[in-house]
Amino acid sequence: MSTGAAAAMPVAGDEAVRIEGLHKSFGTNEVLKGIDLSVATHEVVCLIGASGSGKSTLLRCVNLLEPIDSGRITLWGQEITGPDTDPNLVRRHVGIVFQAFNLFPHMTVLRNVTLAPAKVRRIPRAEAEEEARALLGRFGLADKEADFPDRLSGGQQQRVAIVRALAMKPQIMLLDEVTSALDPELVAEVLDVIRELAGTGMTMVIATHEMGFARDIARRVCFLEEGRIIEDAPPAELFTNPRDERTRRFLRRIVDAGRL
Amino acid sequence: MALTGSPPPGAAGSPPPGSFARAGRGARLLGSGRGGTVISTVSTIVVLGVLAAIFLLAPGARAVEHAFFSPQHMWQSFIGNPSQGYYSVGAAIWLNIRMFLVAEVLILALALLIALIRQSAHPALFPIRILATGYVDFFRGVPLILVIFAIGLGVPALSLPVVSSQSNAVYGVTALVLSYSAYVSEVYRAGLNSVHQSQVAAARSLGLRHWQALRHVILPQAVRNIIPPLLNDFISLQKDTALVGILGTIEANKAADIYSEQVFNFSSFTVAAILFLILTIPLARFTDRLIERDRRRRLAGAVA
Repeated sequence: MSTGAAAAMPVAGDEAVRIEGLHKSFGTNEVLKGIDLSVATHEVVCLIGASGSGKSTLLRCVNLLEPIDSGRITLWGQEITGPDTDPNLVRRHVGIVFQAFNLFPHMTVLRNVTLAPAKVRRIPRAEAEEEARALLGRFGLADKEADFPDRLSGGQQQRVAIVRALAMKPQIMLLDEVTSALDPELVAEVLDVIRELAGTGMTMVIATHEMGFARDIARRVCFLEEGRIIEDAPPAELFTNPRDERTRRFLRRIVDAGRL
Repeated sequence: MALTGSPPPGAAGSPPPGSFARAGRGARLLGSGRGGTVISTVSTIVVLGVLAAIFLLAPGARAVEHAFFSPQHMWQSFIGNPSQGYYSVGAAIWLNIRMFLVAEVLILALALLIALIRQSAHPALFPIRILATGYVDFFRGVPLILVIFAIGLGVPALSLPVVSSQSNAVYGVTALVLSYSAYVSEVYRAGLNSVHQSQVAAARSLGLRHWQALRHVILPQAVRNIIPPLLNDFISLQKDTALVGILGTIEANKAADIYSEQVFNFSSFTVAAILFLILTIPLARFTDRLIERDRRRRLAGAVA
């Protein structure tokens, strides 16, 4: 772990996510080469880095969608990467939202949102629908509950995907480049939703290419390159005065592309 | 097209000369509306007229007409007359319908089970997976008529209690189920594969267990994608119930066969053919409707 994180390391009981020595390969391709990361409760951490740097894989490992090769992940001190962990119990507390929304196309918006609460949390359907309507209303989707996903704009679909994850009442949200598949004019409405979430104190780990957004919302920003966290610092520090030459090179490319 | 020939004279980026409109007859021929209706009507009449002329003007036309299309024999075989030693083809088709309906339900269930076993990744299921693969290979490779013979003659010969004392229709349906389940399981598998892995990830990430994701997210999408090929197999199945007649079961084809042997006229087969057509054509049109509806839905989805 780099020096920036050490300063921000929270007290143990306050530590929501702790990742130690995480390695992950797909075949011969080692995607994560020893990740150490700690996220405090209510903290928002952004992961930046080029495509293929391992951001998405890291998030998928925390949700246990990818089995890890070595290392440990703990949530509030409880290891979730051991052999006797029930991934489904972990996932009830860790929501993830994907770049491509991944809504269920054969279900209405309301069914998309209520499926998991009804089947996993096992609350009565009426109660699930009531909760879902409240969430949809909060994120400006009240009039969309009967629509099928393909009738919605990308921004609306992604907001529904966020609501779907929130309906499980997770303590941690993982956002995997949730605006990367959106038309530029639709990005803001999704970022607003995430800002609101951060305002409620949701613990979040956000992989993103939106540097301005990361600078606004994150308490810490981690720069990943080739499966390692190169630099982990508060955004003011990382964006204006990066220590590592690789971070500087990455940020220069972003600036040259007009994205910062 | 106006755009053929020499390149546009202007600099790159300047508008091309001339119009993009299709010139001449092509425009009208491709257009819909009254012109199109007239053309299709005329061509239908011409084609049917030529086919009818070939049939009616053939040297043996009269003989064939009497042997296959005699209205009197068609009616006789349709209503049947047990005292004359032949059965009603019209009544016998009910057995085909019943065999089809029972077989269809069993095939849908067995084929799904086979497909799920073959798709499962669990190491403990490895031996069952091998069995399922062998099953599909075997029953897709062996002609259905041999399966019907094997079950219909072999199982009674085993002299087992209950199992060996069923009717030939039951053995026939068993053979149909065994054979068709192999095919239909492959259709299911194609459907399961057509649902993107990200749907599985989305379902599992919400805490749904494997079978819950399968039941609520994967299967509904998979089945929707394979309804046309599934119905296509069932159109086949409706006809193949006629093969059960080789065991001596009096279904439509067997009844027609008996009539032709008693009376030396083949019009009974024409009756059976017409009855099968009446069964299969509505299902075929229904399949077309579903395919068209699915196509429109996809197009609408792409635009949205």
